Amino acid sequence: MKESDPLLEVENLFASTNNLPILKGVSLTVYPGEIHAIMGRNGCGKSTFSKIIAGHPSYNITNGEIKFLGENINSSEPEERAQSGIFLGFQYPIEIPGVSNLEFLRVSTNARRKFLNKEELDTFDFEELVKEKLELVKMDHAFLSRSVNQGFSGGEKKRNEILQMALLEPKIAILDETDSGLDIDALRIVASGIKKISNGQTGIILITHYQRLLDEIEPNYVHVMADGQIIKTGGSDLALELEKKGYEWTDNFLKETN
Amino acid sequence: MGISFVRVYKANCNRLFLDNMDNENLVKDVVKEPYKYGFVTDIETEKIAKGLNESIIRLISQKKEEPKFLLDFRLKAFKKWKKMDEPDWAGLGYKKIDYQNIIYYSAPKQKEKISSLNEVDPKLLETFDKLGIPLTEQKKLTNVAVDAVFDSVSIATTFREELAGHGVIFCSISEAVKNHPDLIEKYLGTVVPASDNYFAALNSAVFSDGSFVYIPKGVTCPMDLSSYFRINSGDSGQFERTLIIAEESSSVSYLEGCTAPMFDTNTLHAAVVELIALDDASIKYSTVQNWYAGDEEGVGGIFNFVTKRGKCLGKRSKISWSQVETGSAITWKYPSCLLLGEESVGEFYSVALTNNLQQADTGTKMIHIGPKTKSTIVSKGISAGNSINSYRGLVKMGTKAAGSRNYSQCDSMLIGDQASANTFPYIKSKQPNSEIEHEASTCRISEDQLFYLQSRGIEFEEAVSMMVSGFCRDVFNQLPMEFAAEADKLLALKLEGSVG
Repeated sequence: MKESDPLLEVENLFASTNNLPILKGVSLTVYPGEIHAIMGRNGCGKSTFSKIIAGHPSYNITNGEIKFLGENINSSEPEERAQSGIFLGFQYPIEIPGVSNLEFLRVSTNARRKFLNKEELDTFDFEELVKEKLELVKMDHAFLSRSVNQGFSGGEKKRNEILQMALLEPKIAILDETDSGLDIDALRIVASGIKKISNGQTGIILITHYQRLLDEIEPNYVHVMADGQIIKTGGSDLALELEKKGYEWTDNFLKETN
Repeated sequence: MGISFVRVYKANCNRLFLDNMDNENLVKDVVKEPYKYGFVTDIETEKIAKGLNESIIRLISQKKEEPKFLLDFRLKAFKKWKKMDEPDWAGLGYKKIDYQNIIYYSAPKQKEKISSLNEVDPKLLETFDKLGIPLTEQKKLTNVAVDAVFDSVSIATTFREELAGHGVIFCSISEAVKNHPDLIEKYLGTVVPASDNYFAALNSAVFSDGSFVYIPKGVTCPMDLSSYFRINSGDSGQFERTLIIAEESSSVSYLEGCTAPMFDTNTLHAAVVELIALDDASIKYSTVQNWYAGDEEGVGGIFNFVTKRGKCLGKRSKISWSQVETGSAITWKYPSCLLLGEESVGEFYSVALTNNLQQADTGTKMIHIGPKTKSTIVSKGISAGNSINSYRGLVKMGTKAAGSRNYSQCDSMLIGDQASANTFPYIKSKQPNSEIEHEASTCRISEDQLFYLQSRGIEFEEAVSMMVSGFCRDVFNQLPMEFAAEADKLLALKLEGSVG
């Protein structure tokens, strides 16, 4: 797997918001086709980590670097990162009143296509493409004519995120608690969608609390995060161990290392 | 002598602070688009001396060869105006207008009698061409008839013969005075009386031109009608007057657009629009107002003091106002409906966007007089820069308005932390058996919304403009299709430089 170059290299990353340190030296490297899971209790810095990779303006990188395809992207705008192939699936997808989902998806898809020197799609061609992708997440066509995420149920919002991933065909996808709020059937649909989209090529970082998503998408690596650091890395069995022993186990681990 | 275009490009590096974003988080500086209609047409004009007095009014009336009833109408209005005070209840801040320092009549010099468009000065045709309103036979817009008004006079009206075939009269109000004096005498000033307010009285005394529309009984106007108002001269005011009459069971959609050159002085624009709808008639009146707004220091720009009112005289008649107000240094405008006829309907859909030091005080009055009348108000105000954007509206239920209903929704969006938005709803009801609903909201474009769009590859500016359009969707949906697309583009253009 490691014959190719890494997609994402995070090296000793420190970050803060409002002068409050959140990440305290995170390192992580993702190669094409790898699936990484990041687990940890609420407030450990998992979501912040994902937002910083995507370029959220509320966080400052105080030390370390993020490299994507070998280039430092510490100060790239979020849209540049997205266009070049970084995708963040939001834990809480944002509602945008009045903006049609279809138009949003089209503008977004075209921004990525433009970056890839592909022809931009007009409304008709895009409708064809989106129909095909809707199948992947078993979404109804009616979602397209509604405002972005407005009035969507929790599960519908998550499917809409995966639909966006399917359209953007990112090189790396960070999926922040995509499983939360999904019932068993929806979870299976979403998981199989993710697998089909990644097709063994996309680097995937799954941020999750639960084993059930990892039963559907087996990770190559599981990282446990606590207090802004990755305190333990292992294979998929680490997640099972965590499920059994709970996060208290990692708390003890943290005490020992400190 | 060719046409000369004066263009002023100004770099404007505004910074936007969204929500509680601090300095560190400001995103980008961008260069502001210039006002693209800011050119001046170099053309010989006939202007009368500055100042306002009875002999000036007589002169205007004489130039227009008006019948006596109209001169009397003007003089009566002038007498009233002299006794009135400029209103200050809107709390707008501007330098006092010197009414003696304004030219009240300015017209491009043309041949005495123009029999066809081919005789219109090519410079004027070129001007309207440049504004996207081609007038010549070969190029004119195919789906809409246009009355083009340049400073004080109407230059040309397209599709007149075609419309006449349907019995529709569409011409300048000056021509209507000559050719249809009976209609003018019957209706002029019946919706907005000369004594209505200070600016309406001024307009009644000095109005120079404007559009006249008459839709006969049972006729659905076969195409949209539009007027395009162009202020060219820097020191003359524009005082146009529009009168639209829709007879029983007729309907018409009327569009109005406005632009002006960039001058560092303020130009006064005080218009009056009167609409009359008889039984089962319907009038839809849409405006995209893009007068020059002044620069980012607040120098120059149009003072836009306008009285627009429609009278639903007939049973089940309907008057619908939709407006997109983006220009002018000052906007003072309340398109209103008098709902007299039983089951008549009034609507007001408005988007007002202010930036830099613009001030807008706009809204509507829905006066429910007849029983079972219905009104809807949807107002969207967007304020950016240091601007002030206020909604001011009155909903009144009279004693006979049993079973009447009103629904109002007033939403404001703030961009940056220096802009302000106000809502002043006035509600008066003398009829217990009526319903009035009012909803209001204020929002900001949140950092999270922007980040969400950006994280999908959408550029910052486009993300803002998508959200602003989204915010205005309910109103844009009411505009004629081509107008809606234009309004969308206009808002994006206006906001460039205000965010980032």
